[in-house]
Amino acid sequence: MTTLFTILFDGVAYGMLLFVLACGLAVTLGLMNFVNLAHGAFAMTGGYVCAVLVNNSGWPFFAALPLAFVASALIGVVLERALYRHLYTRSHLDQVLFSVGLVFMSVAAVDYIMGSSRVFIRLPAALEGQFDFFGVGIGRYRLMIVVICGLLTVALQLILARTRFGSRLRAAVDDPRAASGLGINVPQVFAFTFAFGCGLAGLGGALSAEILGLDPYFPLKFMIYFLIVVTVGGSSSITGPFLASLLLGIGDVAGKYYVPKMGPFVIYTIMIVILIWRPNGLFGRTATR
Amino acid sequence: MAALPDVSSHAIGRARWRASEIVFWILAAACAFLFPSRYLIMTDIVRLALFALSLDLILGYAGIVSLGHAAFFGVGAYSAGLMALHGLVNEPVIALVAAGVVATVVGFLTSFLVIRGVDLTRLMVTLGIALLLEALAERFSDITGGTDGLQGIEMQPILGLFAFDMFGKTGLFYSLIVLFVLFLLARRIVNSPFGLSLRAIKNNPLRAAAIGVPVNRRLIAIYTIAAFYAGIAGALFTQTTALASLDVFSFERSADLMLVLVIGGTGYLYGGLIGAVVFKMLQEFFSTITPQYWQFWIGLVLVVIVLVGRARIHRWALWLPNLVIKLLAGRKAVVAVPESDAS
Repeated sequence: MTTLFTILFDGVAYGMLLFVLACGLAVTLGLMNFVNLAHGAFAMTGGYVCAVLVNNSGWPFFAALPLAFVASALIGVVLERALYRHLYTRSHLDQVLFSVGLVFMSVAAVDYIMGSSRVFIRLPAALEGQFDFFGVGIGRYRLMIVVICGLLTVALQLILARTRFGSRLRAAVDDPRAASGLGINVPQVFAFTFAFGCGLAGLGGALSAEILGLDPYFPLKFMIYFLIVVTVGGSSSITGPFLASLLLGIGDVAGKYYVPKMGPFVIYTIMIVILIWRPNGLFGRTATR
Repeated sequence: MAALPDVSSHAIGRARWRASEIVFWILAAACAFLFPSRYLIMTDIVRLALFALSLDLILGYAGIVSLGHAAFFGVGAYSAGLMALHGLVNEPVIALVAAGVVATVVGFLTSFLVIRGVDLTRLMVTLGIALLLEALAERFSDITGGTDGLQGIEMQPILGLFAFDMFGKTGLFYSLIVLFVLFLLARRIVNSPFGLSLRAIKNNPLRAAAIGVPVNRRLIAIYTIAAFYAGIAGALFTQTTALASLDVFSFERSADLMLVLVIGGTGYLYGGLIGAVVFKMLQEFFSTITPQYWQFWIGLVLVVIVLVGRARIHRWALWLPNLVIKLLAGRKAVVAVPESDAS
């Protein structure tokens, strides 16, 4: 019974991590309808920035996390302004090709700069080990992830639902023409959102180095996971991707624990079944775009 | 407005063999004789060309964007490998067809998943199927050899006459003949009424359905045919290299394939063939400069192609050949122009 709770907890932590990693993609892919397979590259950037700061420059881990966010967001906004925005209106095929090209470039570039072996981020002692909570082993690091990611999720939901920027974004996504007619600077909103999503991915990348592993192939390895979160979660709200990431996280951890050899098999099968059953995602709106 | 005769005469005109096509195949055959030291890379190109031809059938003609076409390549590769390894079918040509049939069956079964949903769902489902098969191949390592791949494959002579030699001469001519035969078949398919209906579906599925084209059935059919082609390409891979490993299913293989097709242009069958030649040359070129990081440059090529625009690049690439033909023949250019890129 306690192992069940441990698995559940690990799964939730994993799922929340996936959510932070993928929620930027939920906006670009789900809302702006741009197939950005290179999302993992931004996460990897954040991870490596954090790793270099902590391991080589001796920064404290918690100070490096915001910088991972900032670095990825900066790269995100530069790429968005320079390249991505030309492709919003292009076909999905073009978008796929473009972002796959970016992935290949990022993989080779990181391999060149940082080497191909897995990188570990030195953690502060307070985050290591685990403690007992009514007999359930809870990893400190995972607990921190749950707390950080949980707070982020609430903040995101509030920003989207309550702030002026949130309503501008929703308007810009629903109907860019009408929104710009109302005086909303749609490209600016998109650029800011894109950068923010990339920043979140970078933060997620930094947090995930310990759990998912950080190496140059990160964008390729986890691409499918990000896509699953978004396509299965649907794009109507932030809750869909959130629930989808939790499901995926718990499913993956449980799958690896109970049927170790069938792990990925289970995930992909579930994904295909869900997509066949509901092509717009579990929690998606029914109207096709 | 006699639409029907126009359509048919147009289609018949398109189906006629052009001089440039004949030149293309003569050149291909000539290369096989001219560069005896380059058999292996040329075999590689021919395999890739066949694989790209397969993707062109669904992407260029039916507009299905697939991120997991390596699934069928892998099924073909493993079927051929297993047949040779366990001596089930010893004759390579029969084994080739059998492997293609296995891929066809897989393609038929998965086509029902693929035709549902829009672009994005298709992307995910095709990608998911390839990953699923890769996971399966890894799981059943007692059959597939797991990460080590199938080892110890020994190929019997083709038709009992031509043994595979270590320089790859037999392999090259074998692959080239297979490519040519399948190309003829593909050419016949896309110029048939069936092929025309596919174009109609690609341009507008709703209208195609409105004029009585059974959209889903046609898509299932072409997807299955493409799976057959990809399976044959995979089987050729195993037969000419005598190995099959997990990377036959890899995402990179599917992604590279899209690049091949994009370089060559979609929707006129030669795109995959030309693209394969250019892609392999680029790959060779980049890997002589930076053996480890050639992927970076391949990625850059992709990004540049997309940013400049595929149609524009093809116009530039065809400018010179068009000019030459105009000067020589003094008439309107008849070189293959990629008339429609997949959207």
